[in-house]
Amino acid sequence: MALLDINNLNVTFNTNDGQVHAVNGIDLSLERGETLGIVGESGSGKSQLAFSIMGLLAKNGRADGSISFDGQEILNAPLKTLNRIRAEHIAMIFQDPMTSLNPYMRVSDQMAEVLMLHHGLSKSAAVAESVRMLDAVRIPDAKGRARLYPHEFSGGMRQRVMIAMALLCKPDVLIADEPTTALDVTVQAQIMKLLADLQAEFGMAMMLITHDLGVVAGSCERVVVMYGGRVREEGGTDAIFVDPTHPYTKGLLAAIPRVDQKGDKLSAIPGSPPNMSNPPPGCAFEPRCDFAFDLCSLKRPALTPFASGRTRACHAEIDVVRAGPTHHTDLPMEAAADEMGQMDIGDPDEHITEGLTVGPATAGTPQELPDDKR
Amino acid sequence: MTNAKPLLDVRDLRVTFNIRREGDLPWTKPRLLHAVGGVDFTLNPGETLGIVGESGSGKSTLARALIGLAPATGTARWQDGTNLVGLSPRKMLKYRSDIQMVFQDPLASLNPRMTVGQIIAEPLTTHHPGLPRETVKTRVKEMMERVGLLPNQINRYPHEFSGGQCQRIGIARALIVEPKLVICDEPVSALDVSIQAQVINLLADLQRDLGLALIFIAHDLSVVKHISDRVLVMYLGRVMEVAQAESLYSAPQHPYTQALLSAVPVPDPELERNKTIIPLAGELPSPMAPPSGCVFRTRCPRAQSACAATVPALMGTPGHLTACHFPGPLTADEVARAQVAEPA
Repeated sequence: MALLDINNLNVTFNTNDGQVHAVNGIDLSLERGETLGIVGESGSGKSQLAFSIMGLLAKNGRADGSISFDGQEILNAPLKTLNRIRAEHIAMIFQDPMTSLNPYMRVSDQMAEVLMLHHGLSKSAAVAESVRMLDAVRIPDAKGRARLYPHEFSGGMRQRVMIAMALLCKPDVLIADEPTTALDVTVQAQIMKLLADLQAEFGMAMMLITHDLGVVAGSCERVVVMYGGRVREEGGTDAIFVDPTHPYTKGLLAAIPRVDQKGDKLSAIPGSPPNMSNPPPGCAFEPRCDFAFDLCSLKRPALTPFASGRTRACHAEIDVVRAGPTHHTDLPMEAAADEMGQMDIGDPDEHITEGLTVGPATAGTPQELPDDKR
Repeated sequence: MTNAKPLLDVRDLRVTFNIRREGDLPWTKPRLLHAVGGVDFTLNPGETLGIVGESGSGKSTLARALIGLAPATGTARWQDGTNLVGLSPRKMLKYRSDIQMVFQDPLASLNPRMTVGQIIAEPLTTHHPGLPRETVKTRVKEMMERVGLLPNQINRYPHEFSGGQCQRIGIARALIVEPKLVICDEPVSALDVSIQAQVINLLADLQRDLGLALIFIAHDLSVVKHISDRVLVMYLGRVMEVAQAESLYSAPQHPYTQALLSAVPVPDPELERNKTIIPLAGELPSPMAPPSGCVFRTRCPRAQSACAATVPALMGTPGHLTACHFPGPLTADEVARAQVAEPA
């Protein structure tokens, strides 16, 4: 049995604009010690997936389905159960380390708090353990630095503090939500290496959520590609990169410029991501898909296995997608539908009352200001 | 290299901020932050110059200095011989229609209370106040179509558009006055991969069709490689290396460039597993107190005493200049030393 088992997970949010379906019927499993990459663009539901595992959904969010950790149901579990799981078994690190640390507390204090609360350690023992962990994430002069406040650290160091804090209770699963997105490439390389080292050292499983396919290629064993709140394709990292079988995965791989190759023109995926408060009845990728046919706009493709360890959700035949062009023939205009999915066509001038004479432009040509006013 | 007159010739451009702290007395010695410390480069008409560097390298400040948004010294000579640095706003106005800028955050750089039509028209009405209203409207619509927006969206407000579309509005606003140079400061960093490709392709097409020169600032080395003719690498306010894109990426000479390139993740599991990353020891030094000599020496695996003594000048072949006393590929030995030295 897998360590973490997610079955038919749905996450919906009640908003003023109606229900937003962020995650729709996701099935996932994570084995002990495994590194799973979850790839998707903004709005694909990858972060909400992580939040629902941790019980961190916003107040207007609702999750149903099942998430079991080591055989125990944790979705919508009582706070007491959830807190124990979060204390000992599943930890999470976030994208922006500055906003996830308490700016008013010394690093040693906020780290010690975790151990005092969950393990009942004394303050001095907890601080000593925190310093040891800061040392483990290779913060130079950990003892001295522990007394500093978060703002006194650089971005990369703050992320190290976050990682140290997440590892304090030796979790079985570490969920990393875009851990390096806010960091520079050289720092990103350091943090990814650190995570790999720590994973080997502590033997934990990791769920790496990211939009960067390069990061996934370097660190994950298995990849799940998400779009519109659903899994589109899943498989071993090598298989996904060498032989993508979903048009979206294929498009994503063709859309990234690479340092190691000379590219002519990038193959952009036309259009924009779907509006999840009003998801299309068929495949959410259909409006942007080169391989779409009639069925795609009517019926959602189910996630079906087609080879060992690989699944895909697409109506188009696998060989058709494989043989299809990696490049889009032409770049059509971005769809004119607005946020509500409405398209307005008609005389573009009918709403114009009196031309374009509003705003600072009406003030005439800019004048030079006297020096004291500049 | 052509011998045509460069569009922009920048020599020894410096931007220094005076950081005053609360409680400083009037006679307290000013604390100076050298954001850009003596940058030289030229830009030819129709060329794309990519500027890469990590956060704090001064790449955005450099761009802002070129259009007079940051206090600078030195020279930035425009094609007609005028020095743009220190030009009074009235005199600068003439050049503002030649130099336009596209910003990073697509939504934040658009006024939420103006319609798309007003936003795009504003530079035009500012620089050509006498233009008839009908002409302005036609030109706005043409430009919208040009950047891939539907002209019937002219009365929409920015919040009604997606991030990618907002960036298209920003580009339309920059291009409507037919500039010769567009400075793009991280134009695609806030966008998703699939949308990023759309915007990059759009910029490349527009540049080719309109003969624009582009200064393309980004921290993503892959994106910069894709769009640039030449690339300039910055570190702590100084130019480390400037070269033809091909040559810079295939044979980087400066140790910093090599470390930077080695850290870029490549979407290929096979390559990713077998690559050697050259780690940088320590952290970026404070720009308030940059190291003496070469600013990179504190993190350089090849640093020697000469590096602390003198600032290396940009030297090399005309297509490939490096500011390093000991340029050249790092040896396996030096890479190994860097990997040991790195605390992380």
